[in-house]
Amino acid sequence: MNLFVIIGEALRALKLNRLRTGLTMLGMIIGVAAVVLMLSIGQGAQININNTIASMGSHLLIIVPGATSSGGLRFGSGSVRTLTISDAQAVAELPSIEAAAPVISGIAQLSYSANNWSTSITGVTPDYFPVSNWEIADGSIFAEADLRSAIRVAVLGKVTAENLFGNEDPIGRTFRIANKPFLVVGILAAKGQSLSGRDQDDNVFVPITTAQRQILGNQFPGSINHMLVQAKSSDTLDEAEAEITQLLRQRHRITDKMENDFTVRNLTALATVASTTAKVMAWMLGAIASISLLVGGIGIMNIMLVSVTERTREIGIRMAIGASYRIILMQFLLEALFICILGGLMGVALGVGGAWMVSQSTDMPIVVTFNMIGLAFIFVTIIGIFFGFYPARKAAALKPVDALRYE
Amino acid sequence: MFVANQPASNPILIQLNRLCKAYELTDRSGELINHPVLFDINLTINQSEFVAIMGHSGSGKSTLMNILGCLDTPTSGNYWLSGRDVATMNSAELARIRNQNIGFVFQSFNLLKRMTALENVAIPLLYAGIGRKESLKRSQAMLDLIGLGKYRDHLPNQLSGGQQQRVAISRALINQPQILLADEPTGNLDSQTSHDIMTLFTQLNRNQGITIVLITHENDIASYAHRLIHLKDGHIVEDEARLSN
Ligand SMILES: Nc1ncnc2c1ncn2[C@@H]1O[C@H](COP(=O)(O)OP(=O)(O)O)[C@@H](O)[C@H]1O
Ligand SMILES: [Mg+2]
Repeated sequence: MNLFVIIGEALRALKLNRLRTGLTMLGMIIGVAAVVLMLSIGQGAQININNTIASMGSHLLIIVPGATSSGGLRFGSGSVRTLTISDAQAVAELPSIEAAAPVISGIAQLSYSANNWSTSITGVTPDYFPVSNWEIADGSIFAEADLRSAIRVAVLGKVTAENLFGNEDPIGRTFRIANKPFLVVGILAAKGQSLSGRDQDDNVFVPITTAQRQILGNQFPGSINHMLVQAKSSDTLDEAEAEITQLLRQRHRITDKMENDFTVRNLTALATVASTTAKVMAWMLGAIASISLLVGGIGIMNIMLVSVTERTREIGIRMAIGASYRIILMQFLLEALFICILGGLMGVALGVGGAWMVSQSTDMPIVVTFNMIGLAFIFVTIIGIFFGFYPARKAAALKPVDALRYE
Repeated sequence: MFVANQPASNPILIQLNRLCKAYELTDRSGELINHPVLFDINLTINQSEFVAIMGHSGSGKSTLMNILGCLDTPTSGNYWLSGRDVATMNSAELARIRNQNIGFVFQSFNLLKRMTALENVAIPLLYAGIGRKESLKRSQAMLDLIGLGKYRDHLPNQLSGGQQQRVAISRALINQPQILLADEPTGNLDSQTSHDIMTLFTQLNRNQGITIVLITHENDIASYAHRLIHLKDGHIVEDEARLSN
């Protein structure tokens, strides 16, 4: 008996029991859809994070004021003002360091004609832009000389520029920060969300000296919120960390017994952890979804066993007129496989549709790859063979005389 | 015991040598009980014979028939079919024999319920590896021959008993087997239909030389056969040749 005829017989048997076939298939459909959806969401999240990491700048260390307590990092560095601009200048001189960019930040009110907008103000040096991988979309960044004179110039993030100026070209225009006029000299290219989920493009960058003296003015002159340090290469990150620690302890006159009053964190390492976490999450989502596939598979086995019992006499008749072990085995195995593969097809369609809907209703990128669909198909085929084999073998191994006598 | 002198002209088709069959049952306490059904059966059937097997209910007729049809295996003894020891064949060879060399007809027809008359007749051809189109064509010819051509698209439950049995016979004959095994084929039919079926059997035997082994407990059905075997409690107690009528 050729394969096409057996396929025909298997399809016939499935068609004769439409409702049962459909319900069994539903298990597969839901399982495959869940796997495809979960994998694509997971993959999307991962791509999101990888983009963020790529936008972050490479071999970076971040130094924040305050000690690392046993319970982890102490945030709220507002009250601790131990780092200064001159610390940053000293760090930049270290042999393993490429650049050091001190940062102070705060929130202020912006206004341009009738538009008001409250957003983050970040005071930086020109080094900050290359170190943190910002690219200029329009205009230019301010120069080292602008720092000394603390002039009122600003580089705008994409979102801020749009919010404030709408369709107008902001370059060369003047707007107000905390009621003081500032000249827009540059617009940055968009970068998207940071690892912590903040929109990095809603930001105004001004010279650090201007921020200190004219906008965020504080009681500790020269103090900064944190500094970004770029090592010469990723191989010298550990070395750089040691050098920085030694230097700052010396500068802050910290005796041997005392804790550091600052914390050096490896941003690249943090990013790697975030990326690994996302990967693990993606696989976990997939694994949880595949449990529903497994349940669907058990459903198929269950139905196939019922079907074999119900059709015992039919199997006996078929054997009496010449069906071999192989033919009976194939027929039942193909029935199980068809349920799986047809269910798999519909499941993929449903999963891709679901992923599309998720991507429409959130701004998460959803990634459906052919690999994923291929994987789902290999998976359902394996499930079909695995769970279909036992019932099929049970049918094929029946003794003709016993099957015929079955009532 | 009376043994008839057998026609020596035709080659031997079926030979049973000291064949025994016992069923194993478990009783309520879970112990195995051996239930012997056939005892030391010696039997030779030549090609183109028309044999009737008679005996009381429970005497082992169906058990013997199932062994002859390679649906069941004996507990001991040998069965040679066309000179080959059946015990040495694997399940694929046995399936092939059932498909090619043996045609089965049952008391309860045993048609596949959800298939039309035409499809039922075609299945043995499909199992033999013949394409669907050719199979259906040959099946149609067979149904036409047997006078059921216009019932091709009827499901078994849309046919009378006699019609169903004729479809079953068509199915048994479609691969041109050497042997037709019929276990009480007229048991569920009225007497007129029964005689029609027996006339058909006689023609098949006479014109095509098909060997027929028939189980019945009706004397007038048995009288169509040329040889009569009586089974009693698992023993052959009588084996006589009849003059053909
Ligand atoms: N599968 C079986 N298991 C146990 N005993 C059986 C089985 N089939 C038949 N028998 C027993 O074998 C004996 C002969 O049965 P059978 O060959 O069907 O008789 P007949 O066809 O002559 O009426 C009976 O006593 C029956 O109970
Ligand atoms: Mg019987």
